[in-house]
Amino acid sequence: MAGEIFIVDVDLAMAQDSTGPLAIRSLNEMDIDKIYDPSKVLLVIDHTFPAADEKVANLHHLMRDFASNHSCMLVEGSISHQYILEYLASPGMMILGADSHTCQAGCVGAFATGIGSTEIAAVWATGQLWLRVPESIKIKLSGNFDKGVFARDLILHYIGEVGEDGANYKSLEWKFSNDYTKKKFSMDSRACISNASMECGAKISVFPIDEITTKYLNENPRSYNNSNNTDNNMQVRIDVQPGDSAQYKDEFEIQCDKVEPQVSGPDNVDKVHSVDELTNLEIDQAFIGSSTNGRIEDLEVAAHILKGRKVHKNTRCVVTPASVKVYEEAIKRRYVEIYLESGAVFTNATCGACVGTHLGALGENEICISSSSRNFVGRMGALSSKVYLASPATVAASAIEGRIADPRRYFQSR
Amino acid sequence: MREEQGQQPPSSISITKGKAWIFGDNINTDIIIPFRFKSRTNDPYEMAKYAMYGYDPNFHKKISKDDIIVAGRNFGGGSSREQAPVALKYAGISAVVAESFARIFYRNSFTIGLPALEIPAIKDKVKQGDELSIDIAKFIVQNLRTKETFKAQVVPKFMRQMLLEGGLVEYYKKYKQFPWIQT
Repeated sequence: MAGEIFIVDVDLAMAQDSTGPLAIRSLNEMDIDKIYDPSKVLLVIDHTFPAADEKVANLHHLMRDFASNHSCMLVEGSISHQYILEYLASPGMMILGADSHTCQAGCVGAFATGIGSTEIAAVWATGQLWLRVPESIKIKLSGNFDKGVFARDLILHYIGEVGEDGANYKSLEWKFSNDYTKKKFSMDSRACISNASMECGAKISVFPIDEITTKYLNENPRSYNNSNNTDNNMQVRIDVQPGDSAQYKDEFEIQCDKVEPQVSGPDNVDKVHSVDELTNLEIDQAFIGSSTNGRIEDLEVAAHILKGRKVHKNTRCVVTPASVKVYEEAIKRRYVEIYLESGAVFTNATCGACVGTHLGALGENEICISSSSRNFVGRMGALSSKVYLASPATVAASAIEGRIADPRRYFQSR
Repeated sequence: MREEQGQQPPSSISITKGKAWIFGDNINTDIIIPFRFKSRTNDPYEMAKYAMYGYDPNFHKKISKDDIIVAGRNFGGGSSREQAPVALKYAGISAVVAESFARIFYRNSFTIGLPALEIPAIKDKVKQGDELSIDIAKFIVQNLRTKETFKAQVVPKFMRQMLLEGGLVEYYKKYKQFPWIQT
Protein backbone atom coordinates (compact mmCIF):
# COMPACT_ATOMS: atom_id res chain seq x y z
CA MET A 1 0.00 0.00 0.00
CA ALA A 2 1.10 3.57 -0.68
CA GLY A 3 2.97 5.05 2.28
CA GLU A 4 4.44 1.76 3.50
CA ILE A 5 8.19 1.41 3.78
CA PHE A 6 9.97 -1.62 2.36
CA ILE A 7 13.54 -2.74 2.13
CA VAL A 8 14.12 -3.58 -1.54
CA ASP A 9 16.71 -5.61 -3.42
CA VAL A 10 18.36 -3.38 -5.99
CA ASP A 11 19.21 -4.72 -9.48
CA LEU A 12 21.34 -1.79 -10.62
CA ALA A 13 23.00 0.96 -8.55
CA MET A 14 24.56 3.82 -10.51
CA ALA A 15 26.60 6.88 -9.65
CA GLN A 16 28.10 9.45 -12.03
CA ASP A 17 31.13 11.72 -11.91
CA SER A 18 29.52 14.41 -9.78
CA THR A 19 27.96 12.02 -7.25
CA GLY A 20 30.25 8.96 -7.39
CA PRO A 21 33.28 10.60 -5.73
CA LEU A 22 31.17 11.48 -2.66
CA ALA A 23 29.76 7.92 -2.57
CA ILE A 24 33.31 6.56 -2.61
CA ARG A 25 34.28 9.00 0.15
CA SER A 26 31.35 7.80 2.30
CA LEU A 27 32.28 4.13 1.76
CA ASN A 28 35.84 4.92 2.83
CA GLU A 29 34.65 6.80 5.92
CA MET A 30 32.54 3.78 6.89
CA ASP A 31 35.59 1.61 6.29
CA ILE A 32 33.62 -0.64 3.91
CA ASP A 33 35.93 -2.22 1.36
CA LYS A 34 33.68 -4.90 -0.07
CA ILE A 35 30.96 -4.41 -2.68
CA TYR A 36 27.91 -6.66 -2.31
CA ASP A 37 27.63 -7.49 -6.01
CA PRO A 38 29.94 -5.64 -8.46
CA SER A 39 27.85 -6.80 -11.46
CA LYS A 40 25.06 -4.53 -10.23
CA VAL A 41 27.25 -1.48 -9.70
CA LEU A 42 27.63 1.05 -12.52
CA LEU A 43 29.93 4.08 -12.52
CA VAL A 44 29.47 6.57 -15.33
CA ILE A 45 31.75 9.44 -16.26
CA ASP A 46 29.37 11.65 -18.20
CA HIS A 47 28.76 15.05 -16.65
CA THR A 48 32.08 16.71 -17.43
CA PHE A 49 33.52 14.33 -20.02
CA PRO A 50 36.28 14.54 -21.08
CA ALA A 51 37.55 16.33 -17.99
CA ALA A 52 37.30 20.11 -18.35
CA ASP A 53 40.14 20.78 -15.90
CA GLU A 54 42.55 19.24 -13.42
CA LYS A 55 40.12 19.16 -10.49
CA VAL A 56 37.54 17.21 -12.49
CA ALA A 57 40.26 14.93 -13.90
CA ASN A 58 41.33 13.97 -10.38
CA LEU A 59 37.75 12.99 -9.45
CA HIS A 60 37.45 10.95 -12.66
CA HIS A 61 40.66 9.21 -11.69
CA LEU A 62 39.17 8.34 -8.28
CA MET A 63 36.19 6.72 -10.03
CA ARG A 64 38.30 4.72 -12.49
CA ASP A 65 40.45 3.38 -9.65
CA PHE A 66 37.35 2.41 -7.67
CA ALA A 67 35.73 0.65 -10.64
CA SER A 68 38.93 -1.21 -11.38
CA ASN A 69 39.57 -2.23 -7.75
CA HIS A 70 36.03 -3.54 -7.30
CA SER A 71 35.49 -4.93 -10.83
CA CYS A 72 32.27 -3.00 -11.32
CA MET A 73 30.90 -1.56 -14.55
CA LEU A 74 32.52 1.65 -15.78
CA VAL A 75 31.16 3.70 -18.69
CA GLU A 76 32.76 6.86 -20.04
CA GLY A 77 31.33 9.35 -22.49
CA SER A 78 27.66 8.34 -22.66
CA ILE A 79 25.07 9.94 -20.37
CA SER A 80 24.21 7.38 -17.69
CA HIS A 81 20.45 7.38 -18.27
CA GLN A 82 20.82 6.89 -22.01
CA TYR A 83 23.39 4.11 -21.52
CA ILE A 84 21.10 2.39 -19.03
CA LEU A 85 18.24 2.58 -21.53
CA GLU A 86 20.36 1.33 -24.43
CA TYR A 87 22.04 -1.57 -22.64
CA LEU A 88 20.83 -2.38 -19.13
CA ALA A 89 17.26 -1.47 -18.15
CA SER A 90 14.50 -4.06 -18.32
CA PRO A 91 10.85 -4.13 -17.29
CA GLY A 92 10.45 -4.81 -13.58
CA MET A 93 14.04 -3.96 -12.65
CA MET A 94 14.76 -1.98 -9.50
CA ILE A 95 17.21 0.72 -10.56
CA LEU A 96 18.59 3.31 -8.15
CA GLY A 97 20.96 6.04 -9.27
CA ALA A 98 22.75 8.92 -7.62
CA ASP A 99 21.24 11.23 -10.20
CA SER A 100 17.73 12.65 -10.18
CA HIS A 101 17.00 11.74 -13.81
CA THR A 102 17.45 8.01 -13.11
CA CYS A 103 13.64 7.95 -13.37
CA GLN A 104 14.13 7.90 -17.16
CA ALA A 105 14.26 4.07 -17.13
CA GLY A 106 10.54 4.07 -16.29
CA CYS A 107 10.12 4.31 -20.08
CA VAL A 108 10.76 0.54 -20.33
CA GLY A 109 8.72 -0.27 -17.23
CA ALA A 110 11.53 -0.33 -14.66
CA PHE A 111 11.13 1.05 -11.13
CA ALA A 112 13.87 3.65 -11.39
CA THR A 113 14.54 6.60 -9.13
CA GLY A 114 17.22 8.97 -7.90
CA ILE A 115 18.86 9.00 -4.47
CA GLY A 116 21.95 10.61 -2.94
CA SER A 117 25.61 9.58 -2.87
CA THR A 118 25.86 8.07 0.62
CA GLU A 119 22.69 6.04 0.08
CA ILE A 120 24.05 4.64 -3.19
CA ALA A 121 27.18 3.74 -1.22
CA ALA A 122 24.96 1.79 1.19
CA VAL A 123 23.35 -0.02 -1.76
CA TRP A 124 26.78 -0.91 -3.12
CA ALA A 125 27.65 -2.34 0.30
CA THR A 126 24.46 -4.35 0.90
CA GLY A 127 22.45 -4.58 -2.35
CA GLN A 128 19.46 -3.08 -0.52
CA LEU A 129 17.78 0.17 0.47
CA TRP A 130 14.54 1.34 2.07
CA LEU A 131 11.86 2.88 -0.13
CA ARG A 132 8.41 4.26 0.55
CA VAL A 133 5.65 3.04 -1.76
CA PRO A 134 4.51 6.12 -3.71
CA GLU A 135 0.94 7.16 -4.43
CA SER A 136 0.11 6.98 -8.14
CA ILE A 137 -1.15 9.50 -10.63
CA LYS A 138 -2.61 8.19 -13.90
CA ILE A 139 -2.24 10.24 -17.08
CA LYS A 140 -4.19 9.06 -20.09
CA LEU A 141 -3.00 10.22 -23.51
CA SER A 142 -5.20 10.43 -26.59
CA GLY A 143 -5.01 11.80 -30.14
CA ASN A 144 -1.82 12.72 -31.95
CA PHE A 145 0.52 15.71 -32.00
CA ASP A 146 0.30 18.33 -34.72
CA LYS A 147 3.39 18.65 -36.92
CA GLY A 148 6.14 20.47 -35.01
CA VAL A 149 4.85 19.34 -31.59
CA PHE A 150 6.66 16.62 -29.62
CA ALA A 151 6.83 14.63 -26.40
CA ARG A 152 8.82 17.43 -24.72
CA ASP A 153 5.97 19.86 -25.32
CA LEU A 154 3.57 17.41 -23.70
CA ILE A 155 5.59 16.96 -20.53
CA LEU A 156 6.31 20.71 -20.26
CA HIS A 157 2.58 21.31 -20.63
CA TYR A 158 1.86 18.83 -17.81
CA ILE A 159 4.50 20.36 -15.51
CA GLY A 160 3.07 23.81 -16.20
CA GLU A 161 -0.33 22.50 -15.06
CA VAL A 162 0.76 20.74 -11.86
CA GLY A 163 3.84 22.77 -10.81
CA GLU A 164 7.39 21.86 -9.81
CA ASP A 165 6.18 19.79 -6.88
CA GLY A 166 2.96 18.58 -8.50
CA ALA A 167 4.10 14.94 -8.45
CA ASN A 168 6.54 15.14 -5.51
CA TYR A 169 6.87 11.64 -3.92
CA LYS A 170 4.37 10.29 -6.48
CA SER A 171 4.50 7.73 -9.24
CA LEU A 172 3.34 8.83 -12.69
CA GLU A 173 1.67 6.10 -14.77
CA TRP A 174 1.24 6.92 -18.45
CA LYS A 175 -1.60 5.24 -20.36
CA PHE A 176 -2.69 5.33 -23.98
CA SER A 177 -6.38 5.64 -24.85
CA ASN A 178 -5.91 3.62 -28.03
CA ASP A 179 -3.40 1.94 -30.36
CA TYR A 180 -3.30 4.96 -32.64
CA THR A 181 -1.89 7.18 -29.88
CA LYS A 182 0.34 4.42 -28.52
CA LYS A 183 2.13 3.98 -31.85
CA LYS A 184 3.04 7.67 -31.90
CA PHE A 185 5.07 7.30 -28.69
CA SER A 186 8.43 5.86 -29.70
CA MET A 187 10.89 4.72 -27.04
CA ASP A 188 12.82 7.99 -27.49
CA SER A 189 9.65 9.99 -26.81
CA ARG A 190 8.80 7.88 -23.77
CA ALA A 191 12.35 8.33 -22.44
CA CYS A 192 12.01 12.11 -22.79
CA ILE A 193 8.77 12.10 -20.79
CA SER A 194 9.99 9.73 -18.06
CA ASN A 195 13.20 11.76 -17.73
CA ALA A 196 11.53 15.18 -17.57
CA SER A 197 8.94 13.92 -15.05
CA MET A 198 11.60 14.67 -12.43
CA GLU A 199 10.88 18.36 -12.95
CA CYS A 200 7.51 17.98 -11.21
CA GLY A 201 9.10 15.84 -8.49
CA ALA A 202 7.96 12.39 -9.66
CA LYS A 203 9.64 9.49 -7.89
CA ILE A 204 9.07 7.20 -10.86
CA SER A 205 7.42 7.77 -14.26
CA VAL A 206 6.34 4.56 -15.89
CA PHE A 207 5.09 3.60 -19.36
CA PRO A 208 3.11 0.45 -20.09
CA ILE A 209 5.14 -2.53 -21.23
CA ASP A 210 3.84 -3.10 -24.74
CA GLU A 211 4.94 -4.12 -28.24
CA ILE A 212 7.01 -0.92 -28.59
CA THR A 213 8.92 -1.89 -25.43
CA THR A 214 9.44 -5.45 -26.67
CA LYS A 215 10.60 -4.28 -30.08
CA TYR A 216 13.07 -1.83 -28.51
CA LEU A 217 14.49 -4.48 -26.18
CA ASN A 218 14.81 -7.00 -29.03
CA GLU A 219 16.62 -4.48 -31.22
CA ASN A 220 18.87 -3.35 -28.37
CA PRO A 221 19.95 -6.49 -26.51
CA ARG A 222 20.78 -6.04 -22.83
CA SER A 223 24.52 -6.38 -22.37
CA TYR A 224 27.61 -4.89 -20.86
CA ASN A 225 30.81 -5.48 -22.79
CA ASN A 226 33.40 -5.21 -20.13
CA SER A 227 35.67 -8.14 -19.40
CA ASN A 228 35.65 -7.09 -15.75
CA ASN A 229 32.03 -7.98 -15.55
CA THR A 230 31.50 -11.70 -15.36
CA ASP A 231 28.06 -12.24 -13.93
CA ASN A 232 25.50 -9.93 -15.40
CA ASN A 233 21.85 -10.63 -14.89
CA MET A 234 20.36 -7.80 -16.91
CA GLN A 235 18.13 -10.00 -19.05
CA VAL A 236 15.36 -10.20 -16.44
CA ARG A 237 12.02 -9.20 -17.90
CA ILE A 238 8.98 -9.03 -15.74
CA ASP A 239 5.66 -7.92 -17.15
CA VAL A 240 4.53 -5.39 -14.56
CA GLN A 241 1.03 -4.00 -15.06
CA PRO A 242 -1.27 -2.28 -12.57
CA GLY A 243 -3.75 -4.69 -10.99
CA ASP A 244 -7.53 -4.25 -10.95
CA SER A 245 -7.37 -2.91 -7.41
CA ALA A 246 -4.84 -0.18 -8.30
CA GLN A 247 -5.77 3.12 -6.68
CA TYR A 248 -4.96 6.53 -8.07
CA LYS A 249 -4.53 9.72 -6.11
CA ASP A 250 -5.29 11.73 -9.23
CA GLU A 251 -6.15 11.16 -12.89
CA PHE A 252 -5.48 13.38 -15.90
CA GLU A 253 -6.28 13.17 -19.57
CA ILE A 254 -4.23 14.96 -22.20
CA GLN A 255 -5.35 15.27 -25.81
CA CYS A 256 -2.09 15.41 -27.74
CA ASP A 257 -3.60 17.38 -30.65
CA LYS A 258 -4.39 20.24 -28.26
CA VAL A 259 -0.76 20.60 -27.13
CA GLU A 260 1.17 23.49 -28.69
CA PRO A 261 4.94 24.04 -28.75
CA GLN A 262 5.82 25.00 -25.18
CA VAL A 263 8.63 27.14 -23.77
CA SER A 264 9.48 26.99 -20.08
CA GLY A 265 11.33 29.63 -18.14
CA PRO A 266 13.31 31.38 -17.07
CA ASP A 267 14.42 30.14 -13.61
CA ASN A 268 11.64 27.60 -12.99
CA VAL A 269 10.52 24.66 -15.10
CA ASP A 270 6.84 25.16 -14.23
CA LYS A 271 6.82 28.65 -15.75
CA VAL A 272 5.44 27.31 -19.02
CA HIS A 273 4.31 29.45 -21.97
CA SER A 274 3.01 28.68 -25.41
CA VAL A 275 5.78 29.55 -27.90
CA ASP A 276 3.77 32.48 -29.32
CA GLU A 277 4.14 34.39 -26.06
CA LEU A 278 7.93 34.56 -26.39
CA THR A 279 8.65 34.66 -30.12
CA ASN A 280 10.43 38.01 -30.08
CA LEU A 281 12.98 37.16 -27.41
CA GLU A 282 16.51 37.27 -28.85
CA ILE A 283 18.88 34.48 -27.87
CA ASP A 284 22.67 34.11 -27.59
CA GLN A 285 22.79 30.32 -27.62
CA ALA A 286 20.68 27.35 -28.68
CA PHE A 287 21.51 23.97 -27.11
CA ILE A 288 20.21 20.63 -28.38
CA GLY A 289 21.24 17.78 -26.12
CA SER A 290 21.12 16.24 -22.61
CA SER A 291 19.47 13.09 -21.29
CA THR A 292 16.09 14.78 -21.69
CA ASN A 293 16.40 15.45 -25.43
CA GLY A 294 19.69 14.27 -26.92
CA ARG A 295 18.50 11.04 -28.56
CA ILE A 296 18.55 10.16 -32.27
CA GLU A 297 14.91 11.21 -32.73
CA ASP A 298 15.87 14.65 -31.37
CA LEU A 299 18.95 14.89 -33.57
CA GLU A 300 16.81 13.91 -36.56
CA VAL A 301 14.40 16.78 -35.89
CA ALA A 302 17.33 19.19 -35.50
CA ALA A 303 18.81 17.99 -38.81
CA HIS A 304 15.44 18.36 -40.55
CA ILE A 305 15.22 22.01 -39.52
CA LEU A 306 18.89 22.97 -39.94
CA LYS A 307 19.27 21.30 -43.35
CA GLY A 308 20.11 23.88 -46.00
CA ARG A 309 19.79 26.75 -43.52
CA LYS A 310 22.25 28.83 -41.50
CA VAL A 311 22.37 29.43 -37.77
CA HIS A 312 21.71 33.15 -37.08
CA LYS A 313 24.88 35.26 -36.96
CA ASN A 314 24.24 36.39 -33.36
CA THR A 315 23.53 32.88 -32.09
CA ARG A 316 25.73 29.92 -31.19
CA CYS A 317 24.15 26.52 -31.76
CA VAL A 318 25.54 23.49 -29.88
CA VAL A 319 24.40 19.93 -30.59
CA THR A 320 25.44 17.27 -28.05
CA PRO A 321 24.35 13.63 -28.42
CA ALA A 322 23.27 11.75 -25.28
CA SER A 323 25.45 8.69 -25.91
CA VAL A 324 28.17 7.19 -28.06
CA LYS A 325 25.51 5.10 -29.79
CA VAL A 326 23.50 8.21 -30.68
CA TYR A 327 26.73 9.92 -31.82
CA GLU A 328 27.58 7.04 -34.16
CA GLU A 329 24.06 6.96 -35.57
CA ALA A 330 24.17 10.73 -36.22
CA ILE A 331 27.36 10.23 -38.23
CA LYS A 332 25.88 7.29 -40.11
CA ARG A 333 22.77 9.25 -41.04
CA ARG A 334 24.94 12.21 -42.11
CA TYR A 335 23.29 14.62 -39.67
CA VAL A 336 26.70 15.85 -38.55
CA GLU A 337 27.41 17.26 -42.01
CA ILE A 338 24.10 19.14 -41.89
CA TYR A 339 24.93 20.65 -38.49
CA LEU A 340 28.41 21.74 -39.55
CA GLU A 341 27.16 23.25 -42.82
CA SER A 342 24.56 25.24 -40.87
CA GLY A 343 27.25 26.65 -38.59
CA ALA A 344 26.32 24.59 -35.51
CA VAL A 345 28.89 22.87 -33.27
CA PHE A 346 28.65 19.09 -32.79
CA THR A 347 30.27 17.87 -29.57
CA ASN A 348 31.07 14.52 -28.00
CA ALA A 349 28.36 12.81 -25.92
CA THR A 350 28.21 14.31 -22.41
CA CYS A 351 25.90 16.28 -20.13
CA GLY A 352 28.01 19.28 -21.19
CA ALA A 353 26.18 22.57 -21.51
CA CYS A 354 23.17 21.32 -19.49
CA VAL A 355 25.19 21.62 -16.28
CA GLY A 356 27.09 24.77 -17.29
CA THR A 357 30.56 23.42 -16.81
CA HIS A 358 31.96 23.06 -20.33
CA LEU A 359 30.98 22.91 -24.04
CA GLY A 360 28.55 25.80 -23.94
CA ALA A 361 28.50 27.65 -20.61
CA LEU A 362 26.72 31.02 -20.50
CA GLY A 363 28.22 34.42 -19.63
CA GLU A 364 26.65 37.38 -17.80
CA ASN A 365 23.12 38.22 -19.01
CA GLU A 366 23.22 35.72 -21.87
CA ILE A 367 20.02 34.00 -22.97
CA CYS A 368 19.88 30.37 -24.08
CA ILE A 369 17.06 28.26 -25.44
CA SER A 370 17.75 24.66 -24.60
CA SER A 371 16.32 21.17 -24.95
CA SER A 372 18.11 20.22 -21.70
CA SER A 373 16.52 19.36 -18.38
CA ARG A 374 16.52 22.52 -16.25
CA ASN A 375 16.45 26.31 -16.45
CA PHE A 376 17.32 27.06 -12.82
CA VAL A 377 19.24 30.23 -11.85
CA GLY A 378 22.88 29.82 -12.91
CA ARG A 379 22.25 26.30 -14.21
CA MET A 380 24.23 26.85 -17.43
CA GLY A 381 26.68 29.49 -16.18
CA ALA A 382 26.45 33.08 -14.89
CA LEU A 383 23.78 33.78 -12.26
CA SER A 384 22.44 36.56 -14.49
CA SER A 385 22.07 34.28 -17.55
CA LYS A 386 18.62 32.99 -18.47
CA VAL A 387 17.64 29.57 -19.79
CA TYR A 388 14.40 28.71 -21.59
CA LEU A 389 13.49 25.05 -22.17
CA ALA A 390 11.79 23.72 -25.28
CA SER A 391 11.69 20.78 -27.69
CA PRO A 392 14.68 20.23 -30.03
CA ALA A 393 12.46 21.49 -32.89
CA THR A 394 11.77 24.81 -31.15
CA VAL A 395 15.46 25.12 -30.22
CA ALA A 396 16.63 24.46 -33.81
CA ALA A 397 14.08 26.90 -35.27
CA SER A 398 15.22 29.50 -32.72
CA ALA A 399 18.88 28.92 -33.65
CA ILE A 400 18.09 29.89 -37.25
CA GLU A 401 16.01 32.93 -36.40
CA GLY A 402 18.21 34.23 -33.56
CA ARG A 403 15.16 34.55 -31.32
CA ILE A 404 12.64 32.17 -29.85
CA ALA A 405 10.75 30.76 -32.82
CA ASP A 406 7.70 28.61 -33.56
CA PRO A 407 8.95 25.38 -35.17
CA ARG A 408 5.67 24.50 -36.87
CA ARG A 409 6.40 26.40 -40.06
CA TYR A 410 9.50 24.22 -40.60
CA PHE A 411 7.24 21.20 -40.93
CA GLN A 412 5.04 22.54 -43.75
CA SER A 413 5.79 20.81 -47.03
CA ARG A 414 8.56 22.65 -48.84
CA MET B 1 34.82 29.06 6.37
CA ARG B 2 38.37 27.79 6.36
CA GLU B 3 39.33 24.41 5.04
CA GLU B 4 40.38 22.38 8.03
CA GLN B 5 41.58 18.92 7.22
CA GLY B 6 40.92 16.30 9.82
CA GLN B 7 38.43 18.47 11.67
CA GLN B 8 35.40 16.71 13.15
CA PRO B 9 32.16 17.29 11.24
CA PRO B 10 29.73 19.70 12.93
CA SER B 11 28.31 17.76 15.86
CA SER B 12 24.65 16.86 16.10
CA ILE B 13 22.91 17.57 19.36
CA SER B 14 19.25 17.17 20.13
CA ILE B 15 18.56 20.88 20.79
CA THR B 16 19.74 23.56 18.43
CA LYS B 17 19.21 27.33 18.56
CA GLY B 18 19.83 29.81 15.80
CA LYS B 19 18.74 32.82 13.83
CA ALA B 20 16.26 32.34 10.97
CA TRP B 21 16.99 33.09 7.32
CA ILE B 22 13.78 33.25 5.31
CA PHE B 23 13.47 31.90 1.77
CA GLY B 24 10.58 31.48 -0.65
CA ASP B 25 9.20 28.49 -2.56
CA ASN B 26 11.12 26.20 -4.94
CA ILE B 27 14.66 26.87 -3.69
CA ASN B 28 16.34 24.25 -5.87
CA THR B 29 19.66 22.48 -5.52
CA ASP B 30 21.27 24.54 -8.30
CA ILE B 31 20.65 27.60 -6.11
CA ILE B 32 21.96 25.78 -3.02
CA ILE B 33 25.20 24.77 -4.77
CA PRO B 34 25.85 25.19 -8.52
CA PHE B 35 27.11 22.16 -10.42
CA ARG B 36 30.37 23.77 -11.52
CA PHE B 37 31.53 24.13 -7.92
CA LYS B 38 30.24 20.90 -6.44
CA SER B 39 31.60 18.81 -9.32
CA ARG B 40 35.17 19.97 -8.71
CA THR B 41 35.71 18.94 -5.12
CA ASN B 42 35.10 16.09 -2.71
CA ASP B 43 35.79 18.22 0.40
CA PRO B 44 32.72 19.30 2.41
CA TYR B 45 34.46 22.45 3.70
CA GLU B 46 35.15 23.51 0.13
CA MET B 47 31.47 22.82 -0.76
CA ALA B 48 30.44 25.05 2.17
CA LYS B 49 32.00 28.08 0.43
CA TYR B 50 29.25 27.86 -2.18
CA ALA B 51 26.24 27.33 0.11
CA MET B 52 23.25 29.24 -1.33
CA TYR B 53 25.54 30.71 -4.01
CA GLY B 54 22.64 31.09 -6.43
CA TYR B 55 20.89 33.31 -3.90
CA ASP B 56 23.96 35.21 -2.67
CA PRO B 57 27.56 34.16 -3.35
CA ASN B 58 28.54 35.59 0.07
CA PHE B 59 25.82 33.79 2.03
CA HIS B 60 28.35 31.54 3.78
CA LYS B 61 30.14 34.62 5.15
CA LYS B 62 26.95 36.31 6.35
CA ILE B 63 25.56 33.47 8.45
CA SER B 64 26.55 32.59 12.00
CA LYS B 65 27.08 29.08 13.33
CA ASP B 66 23.80 27.24 14.01
CA ASP B 67 21.64 29.61 11.93
CA ILE B 68 18.47 28.03 10.55
CA ILE B 69 16.92 28.20 7.09
CA VAL B 70 13.15 28.68 6.98
CA ALA B 71 11.57 28.24 3.56
CA GLY B 72 8.34 27.75 1.67
CA ARG B 73 7.29 24.84 -0.53
CA ASN B 74 9.49 22.31 -2.28
CA PHE B 75 12.86 23.18 -0.72
CA GLY B 76 15.73 21.37 -2.46
CA GLY B 77 14.05 20.47 -5.76
CA GLY B 78 15.96 19.33 -8.81
CA SER B 79 19.24 17.46 -8.72
CA SER B 80 20.07 14.54 -6.42
CA ARG B 81 23.26 16.27 -5.28
CA GLU B 82 24.02 15.35 -1.70
CA GLN B 83 26.47 18.25 -1.82
CA ALA B 84 23.45 20.55 -1.31
CA PRO B 85 22.66 19.61 2.31
CA VAL B 86 26.38 18.99 2.91
CA ALA B 87 27.25 22.57 1.85
CA LEU B 88 24.56 23.99 4.16
CA LYS B 89 25.65 21.82 7.11
CA TYR B 90 29.35 22.59 6.79
CA ALA B 91 28.65 26.30 6.25
CA GLY B 92 27.13 26.25 9.75
CA ILE B 93 23.39 25.87 9.08
CA SER B 94 22.00 23.71 11.90
CA ALA B 95 18.58 22.88 10.39
CA VAL B 96 16.19 23.59 7.52
CA VAL B 97 12.53 24.13 8.32
CA ALA B 98 10.26 24.26 5.26
CA GLU B 99 6.62 23.96 4.31
CA SER B 100 7.61 20.99 2.15
CA PHE B 101 10.75 19.37 0.79
CA ALA B 102 11.64 17.83 -2.53
CA ARG B 103 11.97 14.07 -2.16
CA ILE B 104 15.69 13.48 -2.72
CA PHE B 105 16.84 16.53 -0.74
CA TYR B 106 14.74 15.34 2.20
CA ARG B 107 16.33 11.86 2.14
CA ASN B 108 19.79 13.33 1.70
CA SER B 109 19.36 15.68 4.67
CA PHE B 110 18.67 12.79 7.05
CA THR B 111 21.46 10.80 5.44
CA ILE B 112 24.07 13.48 6.04
CA GLY B 113 22.68 14.57 9.43
CA LEU B 114 21.13 17.94 8.60
CA PRO B 115 17.77 18.21 10.39
CA ALA B 116 14.98 18.83 7.84
CA LEU B 117 11.62 19.63 9.43
CA GLU B 118 8.41 19.91 7.48
CA ILE B 119 5.90 22.36 8.98
CA PRO B 120 2.96 23.74 6.94
CA ALA B 121 2.71 27.57 6.79
CA ILE B 122 5.92 28.02 8.85
CA LYS B 123 7.07 30.84 6.56
CA ASP B 124 4.26 33.08 7.84
CA LYS B 125 5.14 32.37 11.46
CA VAL B 126 8.79 33.34 11.37
CA LYS B 127 10.48 36.62 10.44
CA GLN B 128 14.02 37.12 9.17
CA GLY B 129 16.35 37.09 12.19
CA ASP B 130 13.92 35.46 14.65
CA GLU B 131 15.66 33.20 17.15
CA LEU B 132 14.40 29.61 16.83
CA SER B 133 14.92 26.61 19.07
CA ILE B 134 14.58 23.13 17.60
CA ASP B 135 14.28 19.86 19.49
CA ILE B 136 15.65 17.34 17.03
CA ALA B 137 14.59 14.33 19.08
CA LYS B 138 10.98 15.50 19.41
CA PHE B 139 10.80 17.27 16.04
CA ILE B 140 9.48 20.48 17.62
CA VAL B 141 10.34 24.04 16.57
CA GLN B 142 9.82 27.06 18.82
CA ASN B 143 9.96 30.70 17.74
CA LEU B 144 11.60 32.30 20.79
CA ARG B 145 10.30 35.76 19.81
CA THR B 146 6.62 34.80 19.59
CA LYS B 147 6.87 31.76 21.92
CA GLU B 148 4.82 29.81 19.38
CA THR B 149 5.61 26.10 19.09
CA PHE B 150 5.25 24.01 15.94
CA LYS B 151 5.28 20.25 15.51
CA ALA B 152 7.00 18.91 12.42
CA GLN B 153 5.88 16.05 10.17
CA VAL B 154 6.76 12.79 11.92
CA VAL B 155 9.29 10.50 10.24
CA PRO B 156 10.05 6.81 10.87
CA LYS B 157 12.09 6.07 13.98
CA PHE B 158 15.11 4.82 12.05
CA MET B 159 15.37 8.16 10.23
CA ARG B 160 15.30 10.12 13.49
CA GLN B 161 17.91 7.83 15.03
CA MET B 162 20.14 8.26 12.01
CA LEU B 163 19.74 12.03 12.27
CA LEU B 164 20.53 12.08 16.00
CA GLU B 165 23.72 10.12 15.37
CA GLY B 166 24.78 12.76 12.83
CA GLY B 167 23.85 10.87 9.66
CA LEU B 168 24.25 7.52 7.96
CA VAL B 169 28.06 7.39 8.05
CA GLU B 170 28.21 8.21 11.77
CA TYR B 171 25.39 5.73 12.49
CA TYR B 172 27.20 2.98 10.61
CA LYS B 173 30.49 3.73 12.32
CA LYS B 174 28.81 3.30 15.71
CA TYR B 175 26.51 0.31 15.09
CA LYS B 176 28.22 -1.40 12.11
CA GLN B 177 24.87 -1.75 10.37
CA PHE B 178 22.47 0.47 8.46
CA PRO B 179 19.56 1.94 10.45
CA TRP B 180 16.74 0.62 8.24
CA ILE B 181 17.74 -2.98 9.00
CA GLN B 182 15.95 -2.71 12.38
CA THR B 183 12.55 -2.00 10.72
